[in-house]
Amino acid sequence: MQKAIEHIMHALFLICACVSILAVVLICVYLFATGVPAMSEIGFTDFLFGQKWKPSSGYYGIFPMIIGSILVTGIAVLIGVPIGILCAVFMSHYCPAGLYRFVKPAVNLLAGIPSIVYGFFGLMVIVPIMKSIFGGSGKSLLTAGILLGIMILPTVIKTTEASLNAVPKSYYEGALALGATHERSVFFASLPAAKSGILAAIILGVGRAIGETMAVILVAGNQTILPENITSGVRTMTSNIVIEMGYATGLHRDALIATAVVLFVFILIINLCFSVLKRRKD
Amino acid sequence: MTDAAEKNTMSGNTTVPENYINRVTIGARLRQYARSPLSLLLMILVMLAAIFAVGMLVFIIIYILVNGVPHLSAEQFSWKYTTENVSMLPAIINTLLMTAMTLILAVPIGIFAAVYLVEYAKRGNKLVKVIRVTTETLSGIPSIVFGLFGFLMFNISLKWQFSILAGVITLAMMILPLIIRTTEEALLAVPDSYREGSFGLGAGKMRTVFRVILPTAVPGIMSGVILSIGRIVGESAALIFTSGSGHNLPGALIGSGSSAATLTVHMYILSNEGLHTDQAFASAVVLLALTFIINLISDLIERHISKKKG
Repeated sequence: MQKAIEHIMHALFLICACVSILAVVLICVYLFATGVPAMSEIGFTDFLFGQKWKPSSGYYGIFPMIIGSILVTGIAVLIGVPIGILCAVFMSHYCPAGLYRFVKPAVNLLAGIPSIVYGFFGLMVIVPIMKSIFGGSGKSLLTAGILLGIMILPTVIKTTEASLNAVPKSYYEGALALGATHERSVFFASLPAAKSGILAAIILGVGRAIGETMAVILVAGNQTILPENITSGVRTMTSNIVIEMGYATGLHRDALIATAVVLFVFILIINLCFSVLKRRKD
Repeated sequence: MTDAAEKNTMSGNTTVPENYINRVTIGARLRQYARSPLSLLLMILVMLAAIFAVGMLVFIIIYILVNGVPHLSAEQFSWKYTTENVSMLPAIINTLLMTAMTLILAVPIGIFAAVYLVEYAKRGNKLVKVIRVTTETLSGIPSIVFGLFGFLMFNISLKWQFSILAGVITLAMMILPLIIRTTEEALLAVPDSYREGSFGLGAGKMRTVFRVILPTAVPGIMSGVILSIGRIVGESAALIFTSGSGHNLPGALIGSGSSAATLTVHMYILSNEGLHTDQAFASAVVLLALTFIINLISDLIERHISKKKG
C-alpha cells in the first residue's frame, strides 16, 4: 500500500515536471500551425522583406516592423546598458552599506513597476519633452528607445552587479596594491573579469526590450513605414499584434500570428545565445 | 573622515590613530584624482549613473503620486463600472481574483516539478535536460506571444470567448518557470543531512519530501510566489486577448460574460483612449502601491532567508 502511494506520487511529480514541455509544445504548435501557412500564402520574402503593410489591400510586408523592433531595441541598449553597468559598479564598489539598504530596494522597485505604468509615464512626460525639442507628435523611435532604456535598467543592473560581486576581491586588491587608483582597479581589473556576466546582462536586456509591448504602443507612434530618422514614428512587431488583433480576420489575423512567429524565432535565437554563454561560463 | 585626521595625514604627522592606517582620506583621494583625470571622469560617470537610476525611480513615483492621488475619488471605487464613473474597483477585484486563481493552478505544479527535478530525477537523465531547456525557453517568451497563444487556443479553438479562465491558464504557463526555478534553488539549499536523517528514521521518500524537505524550503518557495504575484499584477499584454476588457466582475469562468479586465488592462484602455487621463493616473497610483507592497514583502522574506544562512 505504502509502496503504491510512493509510486503514484513519483508519477505525479513527473507529470508536473512535464507540464513545461507540454506548454512549449502547445505554444509552438498553435503559433506555427497558423503562422507558417499564412507566411507561405503571402510568400516568405514578401512577408519578411515586403515594405508595405496594408491588410485592406492585401499587402502584408512586416519589414518596417522588424526594423522598428531592432532599432528601438538598439537605442534602448545604447542607453540602458552603459548606465546600467555604471550603476552596478556603483552598487558593488562605491555604495556605503547604509546607502545600499535603500539603493537595492529602489532597483527592485524599478524592476517591479508594471510596463503599462512606464508607458503611461512615457506618454505624459517623455513625449511632451520630445515634442518641444523635435516638433511633430513627440511619439518616435527615440522616445520609445529612451523609455525602453529606462525599463531594461534594473535587468542590466542586477545581472551585472551579481557578476561583479562574483569576481574575487583579490583582483581589485592586487590592482590597488600596484598603485592603481580605486577607479582604475575597478574598471580595468574587476570589470573585465565580469565580462561574461555583463554580456548575459546585455542579452537579457535585449530580450526584455524586444518583447516589450504595452509601453511601446503608447509612445512609438505606430506608423507602419520604415523610419526616415530617429524622430520618425515606428511600429514594432509586438505593437503590430496588439493594435490590429482586435479586429483582424482571415489572412490578416493569420499574418499577425505569423508576426508573432517571427518574434518567437528572434527570442529563441536570443535564448540560444544566452544558454551558450552560460554553458561556456560553467 | 574628521578634519583632524585629514590634517594629520596631510602634514605627515606620525600620530595617526591605528584604525586610520588603511583608510584613504578625502585629501589623498583628491590628490589621486588630480594625478589621474581618467579616474575622476569614471568616478563622476558612476555617480551620475547611480543618481540617474535612483532619480528616475523617485521622479516616476512622485510624478504619479502628485498627479494621481488627487483623483482617487470615492467614485473611482464604486462597485459597478459605468462609462461615467470609470470605476477601478472591479478591476482591482479582478486582479486579486486572477492572482489567486493563477497561483492555485501554477504553484502546486511548479513545486511538484521542482521536487521531481531535485529529489527524484537521476543524474544525466535525458528527460531532465528537455525539461530544463523548455523551462528556460518558457521564461524567455515575451508576454504578447503568450497572450496570442492563449487567444488562439482558449478563445478561438475551445470557443471560451474572452474569459477569466483563459487569462488564468495563460498566466499560469507564464509564471511556471519562475516558480520551478526558485523552488529548485530552495530545495537545493536544504542540507543533505536532513534527508539522510529522515531516511535513517525509516521515513519513505514521499514522507521525507512532504514532512522534512518542503517545510524547510518554505521561505525560498514563498519568495518565488511573491515574485510571481508581482508579474501577474503587472501583466497586461498577455491578458488583453485572453481575459479581455470586461470592466465588471466576471459572471462565469468561461463563455459569455466571463471577461475580466485586471487593473493593468483597465489602465491601458484608459490611457490609450486618452479621454480619462486623471483616472489613468489614479489607477497608476494603486498599481504603484501594490508593487511597493509586493516588493516590501519580498525584501522581508529575502532578509529572513539570509539571516538564517548567516
